Amino acid sequence: MTASRVTAGPSSPPGALPTLARWLPFEWIVAMRFLREGRVQTAFIIGGIAIGVAVIVFMSALMSGLQENLVRRTLTGQSHIQLLPPKDVSRPLRGGEPGGAFEGSIVQVPLQRVKGLDQWQAIATQVRRLPEVRMVAAVAGGSILVARGDVTRGISVVGMEPDDYFRIVPMPDKIVRGVARVTTNDILIGTELAGDLGVVVGDKLRLVGLGGSTATLTISGIFDLGSKPANARTTFVALRTGQSLLALEGGVSEVDVTVLDVYAAEDVAQRITALTGARADSWIRSNDQLFTAVRAQGASSDAIRLFVALSVAFGIASVLVVSVVQKSREIGILRAMGITRHQILRLFLLQGGLLGLAGALAGSALGAACLFAWQRFVRNADGSAMFPLAFTPMLFLWVVVLAMVTGTTAAMAPALRAAHLDPEQAIRG
Amino acid sequence: MGDHDASPVVDLRHVCKSFAIGQPNEVAVLFDIDLVLQRGEFCAIMGPSGSGKSTLLNIVGLLDRPSSGELAIDSHETAALDDAALTRLRGHRIGFIFQFHNLLGAFTALENVMLPLLGAAGFPEATMAARAATLLDSVGLTPWRDQMAATLSGGQQQRVAVARALVMNPPLILADEPTGNLDTVSAEAVFTLLRKVSHDQGTSVLFVTHNPELAARCDRIIEVVDGRVVRRSLVEERERPVTPSPAPAALPMPGR
Repeated sequence: MTASRVTAGPSSPPGALPTLARWLPFEWIVAMRFLREGRVQTAFIIGGIAIGVAVIVFMSALMSGLQENLVRRTLTGQSHIQLLPPKDVSRPLRGGEPGGAFEGSIVQVPLQRVKGLDQWQAIATQVRRLPEVRMVAAVAGGSILVARGDVTRGISVVGMEPDDYFRIVPMPDKIVRGVARVTTNDILIGTELAGDLGVVVGDKLRLVGLGGSTATLTISGIFDLGSKPANARTTFVALRTGQSLLALEGGVSEVDVTVLDVYAAEDVAQRITALTGARADSWIRSNDQLFTAVRAQGASSDAIRLFVALSVAFGIASVLVVSVVQKSREIGILRAMGITRHQILRLFLLQGGLLGLAGALAGSALGAACLFAWQRFVRNADGSAMFPLAFTPMLFLWVVVLAMVTGTTAAMAPALRAAHLDPEQAIRG
Repeated sequence: MGDHDASPVVDLRHVCKSFAIGQPNEVAVLFDIDLVLQRGEFCAIMGPSGSGKSTLLNIVGLLDRPSSGELAIDSHETAALDDAALTRLRGHRIGFIFQFHNLLGAFTALENVMLPLLGAAGFPEATMAARAATLLDSVGLTPWRDQMAATLSGGQQQRVAVARALVMNPPLILADEPTGNLDTVSAEAVFTLLRKVSHDQGTSVLFVTHNPELAARCDRIIEVVDGRVVRRSLVEERERPVTPSPAPAALPMPGR
């Protein structure tokens, strides 16, 4: 409303006319004007939506960050699914023609023996073909003894192919001294064990395996898995070394599987069992309580988000109901000048959508600010960040889209009311 | 719109209107109204408050449907039309001027005039703006073109309303006491303007007024009392100014 706009003469060319935005159709222009006209009302409801959206953004990022962190910590040094030999089943071995005589049978499983997984290569190949599966690695693992001088300790040895296994458990990241090299003569040990045995990288260890087998291996790397018991017990050797130490020549004790979606691990495990007959334990089953906690947390945060969204929707609806009453004369005038019911309907739906959009943008900014503040000021005792927040552009995109849909839906009742106003009565007021 | 020059712009036949039909408080407002308005005719409707003038105007304006009887606007029979078709007909054939609150306050004078074009869609932006600007100029409001409608004076607002009523180039303008809320000078200006555009563009006007002075300057007067047309009179030729006459300055008429 500058003074210059008033001075334009009748002879000014049409191009010089101040115009409504060029591409906007009727509904957009009027919706924007109505919202702008009800300044205070609009500001308040956008503030309300923004707070709701900020809560949703903050909670979503916090919750999924927390969950991811918990799950990741749990899954560090652990595969998603372990394929194990069936438990305590004595299986007769068939031979010759189908239905032929039994050649022999295992009638007793020695309790101290590590059991091999039957047909593990075939199973591994089959599992590798599943679309949900990311990595498959065979492991020959069990408990053996390590001796150095007078000291003898029980350790758990994991014999594996580094090329496969390190993609499930990223050992190179966890090496604190030496390298993650695992040839048949190498062993990786934890920091605790190294301290207990007084060894450093390059020293040799004598391992006493099952059935009297022994091996002398060079320590190529010392790792830290982030847990004292694990660092004191777990060691990594090459698959063949593990096989010979555990008397599993050619066999493996388990096949470790990682899947693309960690939360689908149990379903995949059941499919694998159905497919191969091998016992498949998912991390979900092995960490039952943790998973239940994670799920409960997710459900409660979903509920909170839903109710916040609902209260936002009711806020939008109530503001628009008031707006329809305030604007009824304008609506009547518009109807008299040939604006259809559908245009009036769209006009108010659009206002709901625009309120949702504006609120979502403001709320996203507010939520992002809260998240940054949280990461900056809420810290562990040692001053490190508590856990990384799941802070993705997709979250914001979703929030904006959902807020617009919510706004439009909430505007439905007021918009219908506006569309069905009797123009004659509306004009008379 | 020059195709049916011979046909009337408004053709009401035996129109009755009752409200709250079938309920205890049923009330009949219009009884058996016949009304024909020829092209270019400027007709005043007079009558006391509550006589049914506004209801009659709403029915002619397709804002309300008659309880019985038939109604054709610009040769379009309306009985069988649905709401969307009535709205379209209204938008293209009828311009409205109400007593007050004609404009959308959050829009400029120019934008208010453009709104019907914008709502009808399909007009290029430049065309709409140019047409609105021309009309605003013809009602003498070019200097106020970009002022918000809410900040204009009553007389200015009514002149914007006249421009807006004309923007779709309708054959019919319905004016419900457009001068009722104005001082004498403004009322005179608005009336003169209406009279002039009616004459220049051949637009028919139904003009509801309480002001006998203004009514006397129309082509014809219809008096409605208690829902019935009680008197139709042709105004004599010498009293009908074809060119705008100077305002009767010596007559300080009350607003209504």
